[in-house]
Amino acid sequence: MKSLRLPKSPKVLLGLGILCFFIIMTVIGPWLAPYDPSSTQFAPLLTPSAHHWFGTTSLGQDIFSQLLVGARATMVVALLAGIVATMLSMTIGVAAGYLGGAADDGLTLLSNVFLAIPGLPLLIVIDSYLPVNSRSNTLVIGLIISLTGWAWGARVLRAQTMSLRNRDFVEAARIIGEKRRRIMFSEIAPNLLPVLASSLLFTVLYSIGAYVTLAYIGLTSTSTWNWGTMLYWAQANNAPLSNEWYWFVPPGICIALVGTGLALVNFGIDEFINPRLRAAGLTSRQRRELGLPRRARLGLTPVLRPTPRKPVVPARATLVTE
Amino acid sequence: MRIILRRLGLYALTAWVAVTVTFILPRLMPGNPIQTLIGKLTGNVTAGEIRAIRLSFGLNFHQGILGQYFTYLNQLIHGHFGVSITLGAPVSSVLRETVPWTIGLIGLSTIISFCVGTFAGAVLGWTRGSRFDSLIPTATFFQAIPYFFLATIMLLFFGLNLHWFPVLGAYSQNVTPGWDWGYISNVIRYGELPLISIVLSSIAGWMLGMRNMMITMIGEDFVLMAVAKGLPRRKVIMHAARNAVLPSIANLSLAIGLVVSGALLVELVFNYPGVGDLLLQAVFNEDYPLIQGIFLVITFTVLAANLIADVVYLALDPRTRTEAAV
Repeated sequence: MKSLRLPKSPKVLLGLGILCFFIIMTVIGPWLAPYDPSSTQFAPLLTPSAHHWFGTTSLGQDIFSQLLVGARATMVVALLAGIVATMLSMTIGVAAGYLGGAADDGLTLLSNVFLAIPGLPLLIVIDSYLPVNSRSNTLVIGLIISLTGWAWGARVLRAQTMSLRNRDFVEAARIIGEKRRRIMFSEIAPNLLPVLASSLLFTVLYSIGAYVTLAYIGLTSTSTWNWGTMLYWAQANNAPLSNEWYWFVPPGICIALVGTGLALVNFGIDEFINPRLRAAGLTSRQRRELGLPRRARLGLTPVLRPTPRKPVVPARATLVTE
Repeated sequence: MRIILRRLGLYALTAWVAVTVTFILPRLMPGNPIQTLIGKLTGNVTAGEIRAIRLSFGLNFHQGILGQYFTYLNQLIHGHFGVSITLGAPVSSVLRETVPWTIGLIGLSTIISFCVGTFAGAVLGWTRGSRFDSLIPTATFFQAIPYFFLATIMLLFFGLNLHWFPVLGAYSQNVTPGWDWGYISNVIRYGELPLISIVLSSIAGWMLGMRNMMITMIGEDFVLMAVAKGLPRRKVIMHAARNAVLPSIANLSLAIGLVVSGALLVELVFNYPGVGDLLLQAVFNEDYPLIQGIFLVITFTVLAANLIADVVYLALDPRTRTEAAV
């Protein structure tokens, strides 16, 4: 089993740093919040100051507190939906790829249908029919989002499973009489780890977008705080048109940063799966240190591995041309 | 040809699933939203209107569930999407006014974003490891911003503060719609900023995908061969790019759904009179027949766009014509 070791490029480290920051914010944010996010005790529309870092809303609520409290709902729904969707896509993708035949045809058809239906309009239709009390339920919303977000992952995992199906170790497991389910989940699935991780990041990214969008439209409860509801209230009170940037810019930037963090870590996974991308991503300074020509030459982008355990030599690379 | 037929079959199936979902959903939900809706309306509207609303859901007292389903299908086939509750007009005629705006805006911005993004990705892949690579994290950031948020920022910055672009609506109040240059140029002028913000939001995906494919492609023998023949660099890049672009086009049909989903909200931000804006009003007013109609029209349009992308792909890559790939 290949363990997933992310290349230590600045991109990946930056991404991991951003994600850690927001995960900590998710856990302790609500305790850090200086005020009750719903309390209307302050003057309306204060601009940012030492007391109110991001000012107040038109109802006199502290925006910084809303941001800290809202992180939890946003991140929890995104993670929940991402995990459930990835589990769905793993089950369906691996089963389709391994079983083949009619089961494959059926499952592939199912995921193709889900891929072709535009996700957000479907989400809006389902959500608009939900009774109001389930709309505020993060669990229900998370599950519905995962229902519209699993198909892409299933497709990728199916392709990867098919390439693994005839490898020797799978063959060996089949010959010694392992059960099908065991082969699928104990032999094949662990080898899908990089692809699985990448598909998890993508579905979390999708879920965060979907959840925030639903909240922004006003289709989740407008009284529980998440970054989408903040944007909803800002839009409903015409904050963008009256130049009250401090109301809607902070939640938007937070969403974008979480997304960037996820995508940057995903670059690392891409480079792990396809080492040529790693070599391509070197900065000119790293190239010099590795003793490579400044410009990438034509032909194969070399796979670079620093020579192991020779710290004295200033990290020269060995070129492995495959 | 067989592949096109198979894809056509898939899309027909998808359309049927979408239609069936809209039929089943309101019947499945706790609290029966349609009854609640009709209960709310009673007193304000005539019996005839209630009958029309019932019909748009296929609700009929004299039929079993299966009979209702076939009535519903039959109505849709004839283009009857029911009657909008808030607007009081047939959903199909409401849609006829809004759909062209959306197709114009989103269609054009998708094409521009695909072309520019693919070109930029090809250059990035070719010059891998140069200082252009620093574009990648920036592009990632733009990709992660929700469409509607970027649109809000653009509206605020370029529209309201700098006054570079006219905003809000699809044309100025001062011009009368018609096929003359004054009106058309006005529409183009108002469309610029929404178009730019959709392109900015969606371009990074094409760019990064193309870059990665390009890096793989440069290692292929035929590129080396092209260089060995002494072809000018521009031709060599074209050579590699033409092959690298194929996966992007194959993914086009999948990405259209995502782009459309994001772009619908841009319309809301800019008050653009398209389907997205209408959908949000419908959601706000709990106008279920309108929501359903819009969902179905969006789905059908996306499926049609998918089919076009498939045909283009087949035309460009002769290898797929013989393979039995779905």
